[in-house]
Amino acid sequence: MDRRSFLKAALRGSAALILAEGIGDILRPASIHASPKPLRWVFLVDTYKCIGCGFCVKACKIENEVPFEANVSRTWVERYILTKDGAVFADTPQEARNGFTSRLIDLGEGRVKDIPQEKIDKAFFVPKLCNQCEKPPCVQVCPVGATYKTAEGVTLVDRKWCIGCGYCIMACPYGMRFFHPLLHVAEKCTFCYHRIQKELKPACVQACPAGARRIGNIKDPQDPVTQIIMTQRVSIHKPEYGTNPQVYFIGLSEEVR
Amino acid sequence: MVLEEIWTTKELFVYPNEYIYWSIQIVMYPFMTGLVAGAFVLSSLYHLFGIKPLKEIARFSLVFSFALLMVAPLPLLFHLMQPARNFYVVLTPHFTSAIAAFGVVLFIYASIVASELWFLYRQHLVESSLRLKNQLNLSLAGKIQLWTYTILTLGASDLSERALRLDEKAIKILAGAGVPVACFLHGYAGFIFGSVKANALWMTPLMPVIFIMSAVVSGVALCMLTYIVTMEIRRVIARRKRGSVLYPTVEQIRGVEMHEMRITARYLIFFLIFSISLELLDLVFRGYTAVKSWDILRNVIYGKDFVNIFVLQYILGNLVPFILLLIPRITIPRTLLALILVLFGVFMMRWNVVIGGQSFSLTFAGYMHYHLPLIPQDWETFKEGLFGALFIGVMPFVLFWALNKIFPVFDLQRSP
Repeated sequence: MDRRSFLKAALRGSAALILAEGIGDILRPASIHASPKPLRWVFLVDTYKCIGCGFCVKACKIENEVPFEANVSRTWVERYILTKDGAVFADTPQEARNGFTSRLIDLGEGRVKDIPQEKIDKAFFVPKLCNQCEKPPCVQVCPVGATYKTAEGVTLVDRKWCIGCGYCIMACPYGMRFFHPLLHVAEKCTFCYHRIQKELKPACVQACPAGARRIGNIKDPQDPVTQIIMTQRVSIHKPEYGTNPQVYFIGLSEEVR
Repeated sequence: MVLEEIWTTKELFVYPNEYIYWSIQIVMYPFMTGLVAGAFVLSSLYHLFGIKPLKEIARFSLVFSFALLMVAPLPLLFHLMQPARNFYVVLTPHFTSAIAAFGVVLFIYASIVASELWFLYRQHLVESSLRLKNQLNLSLAGKIQLWTYTILTLGASDLSERALRLDEKAIKILAGAGVPVACFLHGYAGFIFGSVKANALWMTPLMPVIFIMSAVVSGVALCMLTYIVTMEIRRVIARRKRGSVLYPTVEQIRGVEMHEMRITARYLIFFLIFSISLELLDLVFRGYTAVKSWDILRNVIYGKDFVNIFVLQYILGNLVPFILLLIPRITIPRTLLALILVLFGVFMMRWNVVIGGQSFSLTFAGYMHYHLPLIPQDWETFKEGLFGALFIGVMPFVLFWALNKIFPVFDLQRSP
């Protein structure tokens, strides 16, 4: 092959490659399914409204088929009790799947503590769920790419591809992940992705009788949740980990772990 | 219902999904890769830097390193919730993950060790196959042996001076390339832990270096230990075969053994000092800077895990063997005791990192306690329990014994 024909062939080859790349781009499923309006799911938790009934946990477990009696959950509710002498007590008995029905604080290992009413300074509930981080460490550490962030910002797990190494569980600073007791793969809150795709509310949002949990689209300025996040004072959980969480809290005090 | 509930108990405020997910097999994993890396570094000391007194133990360590290498991925496999999907790591490696490159690194390293082993034993393989070929009336076992040797020579039967010189050169190059890869293999195991920003105890850039140093310590110690044990067995055999011209005498064996041990012990002490200094630096730094997580870490280090960290790891596993090795007029039994303690110390270091790192909650307001399953009730409690760990621990010795049939580590007439 002389130089001229070699150059010709190379030119044709690279033109074909560029063209193929372009076609591949057009044919990508993501580009076909791309939603017409910008969408980024966020969550708003108003801790002032939470009454600790645990309906959210119950609804979540049933909706997402996490065995009800198993001591793991995609979402849970924490109770904080601050006493007059400055002590902080916190618990989440059985993820609060049956609500907070006892005054006794769960200290683990079967021990409980009764704090007399008059010694309590303040007490409140904090619902927790996956923060659907903008920079999710769980996605970063997955060795096989079985967990990924969708275009709408929700992090999902591919149950057919997860090898169950547990690295994502170790990497999450919020303790959101666990192994599904029956499927033996990583499990996490998805904002009920299967529901929100159909314009339904997540199970926990639907079940909350007090309106403490709300979901919204941060890219839509007309969205009521977006308007609250933009105009009121909200905070995020553990910003020091640099994960950029997308669950916003109202009334998240510094005692909250 | 939750598997991890078998060995985890919780104290005070712990998030509901928190358990000790990484248990005994993940303690075994860095322990085993550490031994692989350490054994290889020891063998390279001779092949690369030409430290002549280590010739005997260098060959030994290389074969042993290969046996350990085959076991190193087993703890990870045992640990996976979906062990049948293990090869997905090679199919779709997600390279932002520290675990993703494991398959690649292990494969590169295995190829280096295997080729070095081949060059080292090529002459022996060729000679053995020629010897068997010339024998008449071969038994079935003999035929299998002949086949094995012939296949292993890969058709390279040239035994001229020039070819043998090339073998030696190849060994040197491979030993040179192997050291950084061995360090990478294990430093990388350290990175898997050190890069977890959610874990206050693990997250330190020192972790890979600490892992490499303790790896060399444990690898050297295990090679010395196994070397002493096999030499003692040979001494017993020699005593029985007294008078045979072919077999070395008891005194010869003892002489070689003491000589090799004295030199290797010096390297062991050197790496031990390095390793302890780094670990103490990490501890002092954490206490001095005392960031938010220090409150709970202090409770774990000086309280809950005090016996594990200070008594078992630092005193029994580091200080005592250090003194034992430094006292003059060293004897074989004393060396043996020191080596067992060093290995135990490194194992406790892995334990304290892996289990210790999960013994406090992400809330910084609660603790988790690990209870190693002792008696296996089912498959899960076997592989995540004492017997699963023992199985992993014994495997390299079984493999070493099998490898020794093809690659004899002692009594080679001539070898590079």
